[in-house]
Amino acid sequence: MQPSEPILRLRDVHVHFPIKGGVFKRTKDHVRAVDGVDLDVYKGEVLGLVGESGCGKTTLGKAILQLVRATGGSVTYHGDAGETELTTLDDAGLFPFRKRLQIVFQDPHSSLNPAYTIFGSLEDPLRHYGVRSRAERRKIVGDLLEAVNMRREAMDRYPHEFSGGQRQRIGIARALSIEPELIVCDEAVSALDVSIQAQVLQLLMDLKREKQLTYVFITHDLSVTEYLCDRIAVMYLGRIVELCDAEELFANTLHPYTEALLSAIPVADLDRKSERIVLEGDVPSPVNPPSGCPFHPRCRYAQDVCRTDVPALRPYRTAAGGEHLAACHLIDQPPAD
Amino acid sequence: MSDVPLNPGDAVRSPPRPRTRRDAQFDRIRDREAARQGTKLRGGRFLSKFLNNRLAVVGLVIFASIILLSLAAPLIAQHDPKSPNLRAMLDPPSAEHWFGTDRTGRDIFARVLYGGRVSILVGLGSALLSALIGVVIGVYSGYVGGWLDWVAMRISEIFMSFPQIILVLLLVAILGQSLLNLIVIFTLTGWGGIYRMARARMLSIREEEYVQALRSFGLGPARIAYKHMLPNALGPIMVNITLSTAAFILQEAGLSFLGLGVPMSVPTWGNILNAAQDLRLLENAWWVWLPVGATISLFVLSVNFIGDGLRDATDPSQQG
Ligand SMILES: Nc1ncnc2c1ncn2[C@@H]1O[C@H](COP(=O)(O)OP(=O)(O)OP(=O)(O)O)[C@@H](O)[C@H]1O
Ligand SMILES: [Mg+2]
Repeated sequence: MQPSEPILRLRDVHVHFPIKGGVFKRTKDHVRAVDGVDLDVYKGEVLGLVGESGCGKTTLGKAILQLVRATGGSVTYHGDAGETELTTLDDAGLFPFRKRLQIVFQDPHSSLNPAYTIFGSLEDPLRHYGVRSRAERRKIVGDLLEAVNMRREAMDRYPHEFSGGQRQRIGIARALSIEPELIVCDEAVSALDVSIQAQVLQLLMDLKREKQLTYVFITHDLSVTEYLCDRIAVMYLGRIVELCDAEELFANTLHPYTEALLSAIPVADLDRKSERIVLEGDVPSPVNPPSGCPFHPRCRYAQDVCRTDVPALRPYRTAAGGEHLAACHLIDQPPAD
Repeated sequence: MSDVPLNPGDAVRSPPRPRTRRDAQFDRIRDREAARQGTKLRGGRFLSKFLNNRLAVVGLVIFASIILLSLAAPLIAQHDPKSPNLRAMLDPPSAEHWFGTDRTGRDIFARVLYGGRVSILVGLGSALLSALIGVVIGVYSGYVGGWLDWVAMRISEIFMSFPQIILVLLLVAILGQSLLNLIVIFTLTGWGGIYRMARARMLSIREEEYVQALRSFGLGPARIAYKHMLPNALGPIMVNITLSTAAFILQEAGLSFLGLGVPMSVPTWGNILNAAQDLRLLENAWWVWLPVGATISLFVLSVNFIGDGLRDATDPSQQG
């Protein structure tokens, strides 16, 4: 699917968390959780965001929703009423955009309030968005639960009475409750076992078709993205290192990091050669990222230039004529511009 | 059983099988389940869970009886708690003096009854008041953080680092000796502990994903903090209230002993216990300290049971 118009545009987004220490609690250093991300999300697409644990995926997702504030760069929302810069808005100003953007969380065990029934948890946002009568709220919550293949009666139960898969579906119902346009799914299926994963993924895809949703689908599992993403962005240490259409990424991998990630997927296809590239060493600390290319200490092709210069994210031509962005010094084709 | 056809249609036509005791049992279970589904109101469920907790009910009964007895002291006690009787000093328990008499011949039963009024007011009153202040401030500032949290933290540190005795002297000098003083002082010095605990709980709950989800809907901080997060911090707060009730009752005794609390002539549980601080009395006149001590213990225990019961009743993962 060729992208239409953007719904969200990220430019040079930074999220640095201060590390406080010492006697006077001064800021000693920063965790560069997100370190300069440029990204467009197009209406109606599923954008996969993959990368190892700790590379800043969740933080980027939260920065999109303004749950953590970007310390630099811009996040613009493109709606019917034109473009709006979200990072400078206060809570009151954000209110109309909260309705457009929602999130489904990683951990089904902490994503629902244990002290309230499902209805008790889900009704407050509805009330906040102007559904005054309790009967109507009950009807809406019931409909939402049915939309995620659960029984209406589930609304009067407490979270501990549900399995992980059920809770995740309730989390999806909650995100849907105010009819958003874009949903950030933060590892929405990672905590579930495989058969339940497939169910929930199917549900997400059905809902997307029904309600014309856009997804930013965060995961550390590339095999899931192949099945449902239109485009995939690969993140490493707070930066995007490769970004292109899903088929293109699997057919024509440019970045050595992506190559290593792909080699870790177990293949059923006997023809495909599967040499497992084992990444050596740990993910470097986002407090002191390596000089030059952040991936060079673990890269098996690394050369001198990689140790000194930071590679820019440059576009390359694809066979199909699309765009393929990658940040690596050693790609042996000329960039498209 | 091979002649029984495995055909569902036949089963319908065959005569109904006689009801057994099992059937009745299942019916009862189904009724109970239906009834529980009927109690959709949170209040109803809460109450029924609390009342199902045997210890909590025992606690409630003891608690209520002690309070009622204290309130009805003038009707029950046949002696004046303050008037000495020099002909009946240190009498052991008898039909006339149920708990015996103290060194100046005052009826201990009457003193325990009247003393409960002051002690319960001071202990429970200060505990609830400081919990109220501590929770209101701690829950909000712990959730929003920032400068508000910083300021609240510094203020609590100031209050907690003040030696209690200096505050007491100060207040007594300004306002004179009174019961109200005690409550004010205990509240001022006591709210910091509950504040810190509530704040710490909020700091850990703040990162839970359901809180993030509420924020993503743009709900206000007060609503998120008090309505959605506070119920999950209630357990340790309840425990703290019961513990400080006990502590305040005993502290009242200490301050009164120094002549800074309630005047010694006014009976309070602390005053009565203080009067027994004498080796001779401890050894030879057990009735001077045992009934009061037992009453204090019973009361504190009952508050504890109630606190536990409340905590369990607010925890939905415990079946009721
Ligand atoms: N509130 C915070 N304060 C300080 N550091 C943080 C905070 N949140 C995240 N970080 C740090 O930012 C980095 C990125 O974290 P993030 O949660 O975004 O990673 P992730 O890609 O989602 O990982 P995972 O796959 O494990 O969920 C980590 O090093 C983390 O320790
Ligand atoms: Mg994450």
